[in-house]
Amino acid sequence: MEASQFKSDQYVRFCPGCGDHAICMALQKAMAQIGIPTHQTVVISGIGCSSRMPHYLNTYGFNTIHGRGGAIATGVKTSHPELNVWQMTGDGDCLAIGGNHFIHEIRRNVDLNICLFNNRIYGLTKGQYSPTSPKGFVSKSSPFGTVERPFVPAELVLGARGTFFARTLDVDMPTTVDTMVQAQEHKGASVIECLVNCVIFNNGTHNWIADRETRAEHSIVLKHGEKMIFGANRDKGLALDYSAGVMPKLIVVPADDERVLVHNAKEQDPTLHRMLAMMGQERFLEDQKVNAELNAELPVALGVIRNVEAETYDQAVNQQIVDIQSQSKVTEFDQLMMTLEHWEM
Amino acid sequence: MKSVVIRFCGDSGDGMQLTGNMFSSLSAILGNEISTLPDFPAEIRAPQGTLGGVSGFQVHVGSGVYTPGDQADVIVAMNAAALKVCVQNKLFHDHAVIIVDTDTFTKPDLEKALYKTDNPFTELGISESVRIVPVALTSLTKESLKDSGLDNKSILKSRNMFALGVVCWLFDRPMDKAIHFLEDKFKKKPQLISHNVKVLTDGYNYGNNLALNQMVIDTEEVAQEMEHGTYTSIAGNKATSWGLIAAAKRCGKRLFLGSYPITPATDIMHELAGRKDMGVMVVQAEDEIAGVCTAIGASFAGDLACTSTSGPGLSLKSEAIGLAVMAELPLVVIDVQRGGPSTGLPTKTEQTDLLQAVFGRNGECPAVVIAASSPANCFDYAFEACKIALENMTPVILLTDTYLANGSGLMRIRKLDEMPQIRPQGVPEELKGHYNPALRDANSIRYWAVPGMEGYEHRNIGLERDSEKGTISTQPMNHQTMILNRQAKIDQIANRIPELRVQGNVNSDTLLVGFGSTEGHLHAAANELGCALAHFNYINPLPKNTAEVLRKYQKVVVCELNNGQFATLLRARLEGIQLLQYNEMMGQPFAVERIVEHVKKM
Repeated sequence: MEASQFKSDQYVRFCPGCGDHAICMALQKAMAQIGIPTHQTVVISGIGCSSRMPHYLNTYGFNTIHGRGGAIATGVKTSHPELNVWQMTGDGDCLAIGGNHFIHEIRRNVDLNICLFNNRIYGLTKGQYSPTSPKGFVSKSSPFGTVERPFVPAELVLGARGTFFARTLDVDMPTTVDTMVQAQEHKGASVIECLVNCVIFNNGTHNWIADRETRAEHSIVLKHGEKMIFGANRDKGLALDYSAGVMPKLIVVPADDERVLVHNAKEQDPTLHRMLAMMGQERFLEDQKVNAELNAELPVALGVIRNVEAETYDQAVNQQIVDIQSQSKVTEFDQLMMTLEHWEM
Repeated sequence: MKSVVIRFCGDSGDGMQLTGNMFSSLSAILGNEISTLPDFPAEIRAPQGTLGGVSGFQVHVGSGVYTPGDQADVIVAMNAAALKVCVQNKLFHDHAVIIVDTDTFTKPDLEKALYKTDNPFTELGISESVRIVPVALTSLTKESLKDSGLDNKSILKSRNMFALGVVCWLFDRPMDKAIHFLEDKFKKKPQLISHNVKVLTDGYNYGNNLALNQMVIDTEEVAQEMEHGTYTSIAGNKATSWGLIAAAKRCGKRLFLGSYPITPATDIMHELAGRKDMGVMVVQAEDEIAGVCTAIGASFAGDLACTSTSGPGLSLKSEAIGLAVMAELPLVVIDVQRGGPSTGLPTKTEQTDLLQAVFGRNGECPAVVIAASSPANCFDYAFEACKIALENMTPVILLTDTYLANGSGLMRIRKLDEMPQIRPQGVPEELKGHYNPALRDANSIRYWAVPGMEGYEHRNIGLERDSEKGTISTQPMNHQTMILNRQAKIDQIANRIPELRVQGNVNSDTLLVGFGSTEGHLHAAANELGCALAHFNYINPLPKNTAEVLRKYQKVVVCELNNGQFATLLRARLEGIQLLQYNEMMGQPFAVERIVEHVKKM
């Protein structure tokens, strides 16, 4: 199929320069590559800039209410597992007002593809700090800087026993498309954290990895089965260092070091996945650090970090009904009524 | 006698609900009308023998039965605390018969129930005209089971069967039917059947030793009043659940319930979760909001989608119900009302969610509101809620309450094809390729296309949409047009529902008015007062002839279990109408005598 088949007739109204434009195009490309027809694809969203996405996709779509996209998507997929269901959400919609639905759709492992647009700001309500804004962040609702500890989305996903987590960057179209295709192929709740730039209220929040000159040094695209190598000259690798005590640490080593790790996204144990996902996140957790310290940090992991198999909720619920119906002697409603104690009057 | 009211009461672990239910069902099989009122504490197991742990089950059997009865004719009190609660709450009248377990009036028992003296009957000031029948239930049960090999605890648990045996003798209920019930009840624990049957039979035989006359209930009039057919006894929550299943089967849609546990609605989820044989899908959601939202998702995808809750949950669901109004999706919301506000009285009954159901959402947000008025017709109104939702593309809120949910009554079993047809809104073939979610038919009802249908892809929204294109619109005139469209859709439903019917003495100058669960009490009160009754099951929209009916009467008294919500609504809808009010807010159903007394004074 062609990406154009997934474009709706609506004028795309994201701000000029917004990272959501890129994700929108990536989605259309990924959906075309996946090849499931538009009428069998459903895109559910809550509220926020990212949640406008269904309007720009020529599929079935439902732009709902703040934070509840996850619960509504769960209803669609569970009742109709034959449909291909996507959820569009943002760091506020998903991690603040919709946090409860988010952890439970992951815990249940509903077969959804969840695009979590993380721009670390509330855009549509015009610039308040979000659950992923760095500590100390100055915004309209935090004029003296936030004192809150932020979430790292990956930690929530893994804490909720997530089976698929990927991270991607608005300016990296090939990785974004590839990640979306893998999310679709994965059966279960697939979370893609899309790092997007808010050109109006939080411009440049991802520049340290998004800038063309520095991206290769500050990020690594993980691929299952391949060595963890990065850098403009692909001269650096990631390894585990056991010297500091019982807890190993990830370190950067030369690419030809024999200790360089091979990425295994299929490993059930999430320990290493979490370590990889946490690389470069410390800058958000304490008072904002300056870019000067950047070189000391590990690269931010992009691509599919975790991709393991587990039973999906929608399949299990439907299978249970099929199993019980196949064993039941009562199949018609009139028969059911006569199972009640009854008598003539 | 035409009818009799019996109340079984004891500790919450004494099996009073089972005993009461068995007696009601036995009576129903024998051709009695029944109405039951389970009355249990919010605590699962309060300390044994205390006032807080008393659990009661009242049943009214016979003919001309409209309510569970104001006061009992016969009380079975399993302990001293139960007797005290009955006296304190005036649960029996001056000529009642009270069967008490004399083994449970020891000094420690009396202390636990906060008696001050050693003579409970005098202390309670029970009228001399009340007949106290002492039965050593505990020792007699022990004697009955002495060769059973059961431990003492299990033996004591069978006391309720001895009491039931005595009551069965008193009202001449046949033992074979009772035994059949026990066999059915314990079919998964067959070892318990023989013991229970023995105690029950011994209790029955012991009845002969009592210096009491058997009471005969004349049920001849029942047969005349009731439609001939196959009957069952059913509780409101179960009837609601099965009404939903029937509606789904009638229109060939799958039933989806998204819900979250909340007293007193949870039994609906329990019941439906057990009906996978009927293809019912239940999602026990992470919260009330997710309960309604999963249902909205299932509705968007084409299912018959429902959510069940009680008052606090309805508050939480408000925003999502607004979404279903805006997106014009069918949705059935069942609100089993309980005492409020906030967590209020979780196990008690009240009609205080009415205005929340009608108005409790942001924006101009009309939804259909209907109310069931007996445990059995919870089935019919659940079915009707589904029919209205699917045919009119709207959320429908069905109001029941604790009293209907837990109480039971007789229901005639009908075949599916005897029930009304349901024709869910669809979409005309010619709209393929041109469909959008704003297109509506001549009745202002939006066409419904669902995912999977090729050529009808569209985007639905909670934002205002263009009345022609279906896309987001903030255009001023369009918003007004859309508000009026959504209102018109609800208003036209008045053409599809039955007109308001006046019961009782239609020529009286006094009219009682009520809605929902109070119908039985108001019917009995109207009979006693010799006046008319207009009882509402349809609340939004109101039946078309509402004004015409209400304006005919000089004295119109709106009786409701809240502080005047329905009266407020009627005053708003019927300009200039003069209404009197009778309101009770005690967490209990009306007492017929209190209504009669107050209306007489007005």
